[in-house]
Amino acid sequence: MGWFTTKIKGLPDVATKCPSCEETIFNKDLVKNLYVCPHCGKHLRIPNSDRIEALCDENSFEEFGAGLVPSDPLSFSDSKTYKERVESAQEKTQSEEAIITGVASIQGHKVVLGLFDFGFMGGSMGSVVGEKIARAAAKSRELHIPLIIFSASGGARMHEGILSLMQMVKTGQAIARLSKEHLPFVSILCDPTTGGVTASFAMLGDIIIAEPQALIGFAGPRVIEQTIHEKLPEGFQTSEFLLEKGVIDMICSRFDLRETLGRVLSFFKEKDGKYYGSH
Amino acid sequence: MEAIEPLGFEGKIVELESKIEELKKLSDGDELDLSSEIEKLNQKLEVLREEVYKNVTAWEITQIARHPQRPYTLDYIKAIFDDFVELHGGRQFEDDHAIVGGLAKLDGMPVVVIGHEKGRGTEEKIFRNFGMPHPEGYRKALRIMQFANKFMRPLILFIDTPGAYPGKGAEERGQGEAIARNIFEMSFLRCPVIALVIGEGGSGGAVALGVGDRVLMLENSIYSVISPEGCASILWKDVSKSEEAANALKLTSRDLNELGVIDEVIPEPMGGAHRDYQQIFADVKKSILENINTVAALDPNERVRLRNEKYSRMGSFEEMNHG
Repeated sequence: MGWFTTKIKGLPDVATKCPSCEETIFNKDLVKNLYVCPHCGKHLRIPNSDRIEALCDENSFEEFGAGLVPSDPLSFSDSKTYKERVESAQEKTQSEEAIITGVASIQGHKVVLGLFDFGFMGGSMGSVVGEKIARAAAKSRELHIPLIIFSASGGARMHEGILSLMQMVKTGQAIARLSKEHLPFVSILCDPTTGGVTASFAMLGDIIIAEPQALIGFAGPRVIEQTIHEKLPEGFQTSEFLLEKGVIDMICSRFDLRETLGRVLSFFKEKDGKYYGSH
Repeated sequence: MEAIEPLGFEGKIVELESKIEELKKLSDGDELDLSSEIEKLNQKLEVLREEVYKNVTAWEITQIARHPQRPYTLDYIKAIFDDFVELHGGRQFEDDHAIVGGLAKLDGMPVVVIGHEKGRGTEEKIFRNFGMPHPEGYRKALRIMQFANKFMRPLILFIDTPGAYPGKGAEERGQGEAIARNIFEMSFLRCPVIALVIGEGGSGGAVALGVGDRVLMLENSIYSVISPEGCASILWKDVSKSEEAANALKLTSRDLNELGVIDEVIPEPMGGAHRDYQQIFADVKKSILENINTVAALDPNERVRLRNEKYSRMGSFEEMNHG
């Protein structure tokens, strides 16, 4: 698969400046450290290929749902046409859309996995993302295995208008159907997760895990500040803040995620190794 | 009813109307008979009205949808239903006045009604937070929805909000989760669910009351993923491009009907619902009754299945075969 070769895509040539502590990080160190700043622990965005490699059992990830690409239902155009924006996002990210889905195993547990790519139009959810999430949930039900989605999204995609908004319903319902069959959904919130993604499937996890220091919210901080006419306190809408408020279940560093997911997934299994919902 | 506040695009109509008024005053002096002149202008006015209102743009419709005299949820509740018993208790943080809900009778039939309420006049607008709910508002709505489900009463939802409130407390108390939870739970309501967009269907804040067996829209209401102003400031980086954004977003009832997102458009009196309350109340009531009859005839399991199927189909994409 092509995207396994683009390891350092989106990074400057040799070194990266940490957006948090402003220290210089050599790219090879950043990649080795799962895109976590070795100086301050800030979790930078990790390409999906690296995430999969770090998380899944070796070569276990098999993509499904490839080949779904946006149409342009509204013939939308601002300073550029939607078609142009999609094409340039595809070129930049080498992805077809803002999410990839597949079946993989994590510490021996077979799961359906969905991973957002924030680099693709801000990880925005349009018809394709909605459909792929719905198919991922359907795959979980078909195979009687859990669903795990890593979100990183600015929310619903404006360029598909009301159809993007309806993906909130479509994905929410897909999770609801999974839930009715007692199959687990683990939602993992990465930096940033906001808008229509927060307000649909991403907040419907049986377990909601966030990466450290991620921005997670419904409204973006700028919109809130403009509405309430005051500056938000430091750390507002971070993972740590939401943990404090009881909105999420836990924060898990990228280094511990594989093990944590392994522990959590084993909890859902019955004695015969099947999930409760598959009986 | 007090005088109707004209909108910017109605300028020519207002001009002609005041000209006719002036002539009528002059004509009163009975030495001067201007009745044929007035008659001519009245005819011209009719033509002009047709022309202006039949060709309203998405941006003009947005203004009608937000007109301060447009009937709001409580106006419909008072006019259409009898014996409304409001339920304030969300069993949560506090009562959210941006959402009202309760028990009502519709031509004698017990139903459950919930809606956003924007509030009229400065004081009430503030009390209602301009129809922008906090999480506890959505959670109150959910509790009342589950009440409808438990006692198998038709659920009628009035949608009219600029959006869910983007504030500090709302974030702290899980605005996203509250909206998501409503979508989740509404998917499996076994009672008939009729949702009507009566004014503004503002993004996730609207969807949280908007998952229905039948979703109806008043002709001059809007329903959108983002406000034209929000879209203009993000994509055009210029809020003065709101008119372009309104067009691009395809947010009118006609657009949504064509996109298959809503099931029915309820026509409005010429110039908008605020110009003839009695007419719009009668038409909305008729439409609600018809839709309840259709949906109530179905088996509850079938209703849930069809509702899920409907939303599963929404979206537009291409599927390339990778072989």
